[in-house]
Amino acid sequence: MAEWTSLAEAIAAGVHDGDSVALEGFTHLIPFAAGHEIIRQRRRRLSLIRMTPDLIYDQMIGAGCAAKLTFSWGGNPGVGSLHRFREAVENGWPAPLAIEERSHSDLANAYVAGAANLPFAVLRGYTGSYFAKVNDRIRSVTCPFTGEVLAATPAVRPDVAIIHAQKADWKGNVLLWGILGVQKEAVLSANRTIVTVEERVRSLDAPPNACVLPAWVVTAVCEVPGGATPSYAHGYYERDNAFYQAWDRIARDRQGFQAWLDKYVFGAADFAEYLKLQGDPHVPAVRA
Amino acid sequence: MSVAYTSDEIMTVAAARMLRNGAVCFVGIGLPSTAANLARLTHAPDAVLVYESGPIGAKPDVLPLSIGDGNLAETADTVVSTPEIFRYWLQGGRIDVGFLGAAQIDRFANINTTVVGQYHSPKVRLPGAGGAPEISSSAKEVLIVVKQSKRTFVDVLDFITSVGFLKGGNSREQARLTGKGPVAVITDLCIFRPHPVTRELQVTSIHPGVSRESISAATGWQVRFADDCTETEPPEPEELGVLRELKARTAAAHGAQADAV
Repeated sequence: MAEWTSLAEAIAAGVHDGDSVALEGFTHLIPFAAGHEIIRQRRRRLSLIRMTPDLIYDQMIGAGCAAKLTFSWGGNPGVGSLHRFREAVENGWPAPLAIEERSHSDLANAYVAGAANLPFAVLRGYTGSYFAKVNDRIRSVTCPFTGEVLAATPAVRPDVAIIHAQKADWKGNVLLWGILGVQKEAVLSANRTIVTVEERVRSLDAPPNACVLPAWVVTAVCEVPGGATPSYAHGYYERDNAFYQAWDRIARDRQGFQAWLDKYVFGAADFAEYLKLQGDPHVPAVRA
Repeated sequence: MSVAYTSDEIMTVAAARMLRNGAVCFVGIGLPSTAANLARLTHAPDAVLVYESGPIGAKPDVLPLSIGDGNLAETADTVVSTPEIFRYWLQGGRIDVGFLGAAQIDRFANINTTVVGQYHSPKVRLPGAGGAPEISSSAKEVLIVVKQSKRTFVDVLDFITSVGFLKGGNSREQARLTGKGPVAVITDLCIFRPHPVTRELQVTSIHPGVSRESISAATGWQVRFADDCTETEPPEPEELGVLRELKARTAAAHGAQADAV
């Protein structure tokens, strides 16, 4: 049953060194506050899973939290490269990063398999590509009815899934809307779940068929207004495109990144303070 | 009466013209999204734009910067989850046209968006697959829009992320891929189409003012020109007007970052 806690308590209790962790949110509702808290608590050797690593994993990888990354598209959307991710892959800095590379369709299917308590996903995919040459967990299975050969890939079963949503009620039932990505599947595939929300409300007032995660599939729920910044929360605030662009400059070299990390993550007690430090419109005024 | 235009503009206009009205189009971010929205705002008002983040029938007024911008969801006929987009709508056989970009492409329109150099010690680590491998294999047909240079149009790919015609000839059919593959590659210099038998890309239309030599110089293999190779129709004033207004609206909405679109 969901327990309302602070984000610091939820991360301390729910995310341990060496855990496999999926922070999901497809461009929308990316749980940045939780990512920062994991960095602040200096978690190490995490096996990170996420379809689109985005800035959140660039920050966590650069901060040295990760030993492995499972992903399907690793760029800064609309801008270019994720420099910390590239530095880890190309130069092993700050730590070597093992990668397990898949396609969006595969990882989406693999989360569904995990949520359905199946060991693997089946899809029509990868034919003719080189993925199976570099990832021996991309295999094939023959349909027992038609003989068709299909791709078979391992289900995603993280120790902990973390998402951000718009609302939760006092019991911890969670409501999210807009672009949903694989958030629901990530929650249902994981052993433990931490959800940050924009606001705690008396009642969700959700229509039938709305995407509601019942409190009893959530481990901890935390009220963190603005917790998806610089991504967006539909109905609350827009994507901070300027920060995504500024990130290209901040993260381009080690020193610039480290200075940003010290000032804006380690220098902030929590995400509310980070948002204040960063100021409006969320662009660091100076680089260091 | 023709109007001055840039090579990027004729590329986008030529790509947009390829999308027929009413087609259900799975759209990649960047150049494909620009071209697909230009088509929707000109000759193809009933084109259905599908984005991998979940919006179906998106009608954005400004170009999205990311694949999951809020205006895609707000203007869509419906928004489904990412697993549903790939399972029911793409793999389910409901996509007429996949509209893709590329970091590198070879003569058989295979695409690399993964690494330059050795996979385990890459010279350049690129973003990776995204939705492209399954779009390129499952969409009924594929359009590719990409700026042309020797770094992009290469003789041998270091990694095949998304398939075109594999080794050419009937190798795509033998691999039992469900879609028929790329029908055109539109660049800032020309339009390539696959040869009907060898499936090697050959230049079928050259943009006005572009020489064959400059196309050869921007291609990493011995490029072939079709016997009936023609000249691309220059952009109409209306097409250019709509494209420029779309870009101006986007720049006003997103600020300087719109240059990246």
